Amino acid sequence: MLIRTQPRPKTLTSAAHAAPAPDKIIVDRLNFFYGAKQALTEISLTIPANLVTAFIGPSGCGKSTFLRTLNRMNDIIAGARVDGRVAIDGQDIYGSGNDVVALRRKVGMVFQKSNPFPKSIFDNVAYGIRINGLARSRGELTARVEDSLKAAALWTEVKDRLHESALALSGGQQQRLCIARALAVRPEILLMDEPASALDPIATQRIEELIYELKREYTIVIVTHNMQQAARVSDFTAFFWLGKLVEYGATEKMFTNPTEKLTEDYVTGRFG
Amino acid sequence: MATEYHVRHFQEELEHVKARLLEMGGLAEERVRESVRSLTTRDHGLIEKVLTGDAPINQLHIEIDDRCFKLLALHQPMAVDLRFIVAALKINTDLERVGDLAVNIAEAAQRYLQHPPVKELIDIPRMADIAQRMLRDALDAYVHRDALLAQRVLDEDDELDALKTLVFRDLLAYMLHTPATIEPALDLILVSRHLERIGDHATNVAEDVIFMVSARDVRHHQGEGA
Repeated sequence: MLIRTQPRPKTLTSAAHAAPAPDKIIVDRLNFFYGAKQALTEISLTIPANLVTAFIGPSGCGKSTFLRTLNRMNDIIAGARVDGRVAIDGQDIYGSGNDVVALRRKVGMVFQKSNPFPKSIFDNVAYGIRINGLARSRGELTARVEDSLKAAALWTEVKDRLHESALALSGGQQQRLCIARALAVRPEILLMDEPASALDPIATQRIEELIYELKREYTIVIVTHNMQQAARVSDFTAFFWLGKLVEYGATEKMFTNPTEKLTEDYVTGRFG
Repeated sequence: MATEYHVRHFQEELEHVKARLLEMGGLAEERVRESVRSLTTRDHGLIEKVLTGDAPINQLHIEIDDRCFKLLALHQPMAVDLRFIVAALKINTDLERVGDLAVNIAEAAQRYLQHPPVKELIDIPRMADIAQRMLRDALDAYVHRDALLAQRVLDEDDELDALKTLVFRDLLAYMLHTPATIEPALDLILVSRHLERIGDHATNVAEDVIFMVSARDVRHHQGEGA
């Protein structure tokens, strides 16, 4: 089977977005190794700004590893090695002298399991603002916390109990709190690694709606093992298999008429 | 800055489908009205307008199918949402056929006007009124999810069928008496046949509405006495 590298989706416009979206992230021939084991092979793709891009594929296909290369989260793994280029807004994030802290401020991340700090709701959201010195006054801090909670569609539910423990929130609320916490430092890109896989259908739907709304202001990249979720929330979908990018294109095409037989077999549930 | 949002954008997409179907229904109804008026008023300009004006309906036909196809593929709709989209796909086909039948009526009118009038047209305009009303009611029933109104559309179809038979018998008498009227009279029979078919499409729409609202399949007299 021929697996091609795909620098960009077949089309960067879709029905919902008549104007071409500018490139936010450009990945060029990326290889990734855990020690001697190669986990990603020659990945090339372009992620458009202010749209949702989903990575799908069976377990172990490399989709989460790839997501984590986009904000250098793999750096902390012993023996991990990257070659190739990942450019965000034209700047190579693996280039020498790059500030990883600044990178992670620009590229926020939300994980599968919500991980609020054992602090109050307010302090969870305020945390990143405080340690980065992003608010000059108490009033500004409070306003940013409120804005972030509103953006994460959580404000109404928690505004009367901001100083209660975050751990008292439901699973879905905790996950939206983690999204609010990620948004508080005003990132440009939000990486989401299975953000709804531990949630019930109602909480999942709220997260999906939130993703749909957040793309107005953020570039969103989501990894999901739930193909239907990728279909519902994303504008572009990339299908990974055995560490390679099999196909990347407009979500509606990927789920109605994919180019590669392997993609078709996966989205129709014939394997994976 | 940001506000809170709880609206499901999927519901917005369904509203788009509904709005486009209504637009198409309005166009189809208007074209039926114009085609029959072109015949009754012997208006060649109106005939031409109907004959050349099919493109907007055809474009909507493609667009609505495309929207429904993507909604099915990307949102995996369930229960009433699933029935809504499946109904929309079928109603879309019916409305497109109504548009085609309006063209067929205009073609028959064009041929008919090459001859002197066979008779004063009374029953054909009545049939046109009923067919248009059925179409309008079926679409209203779809918009308001009104199964009772849909049922009324089904009942009206009998009246239309009876009028078609009446028109046929009436014109048969003319043709037997004056063979020169055979050609134009056949065109009037065709018009009545097209109007009866428009009623059948409105009936299909109404059946789809009943299925959408109550998940009850009343086609081919299923569910009678249930």
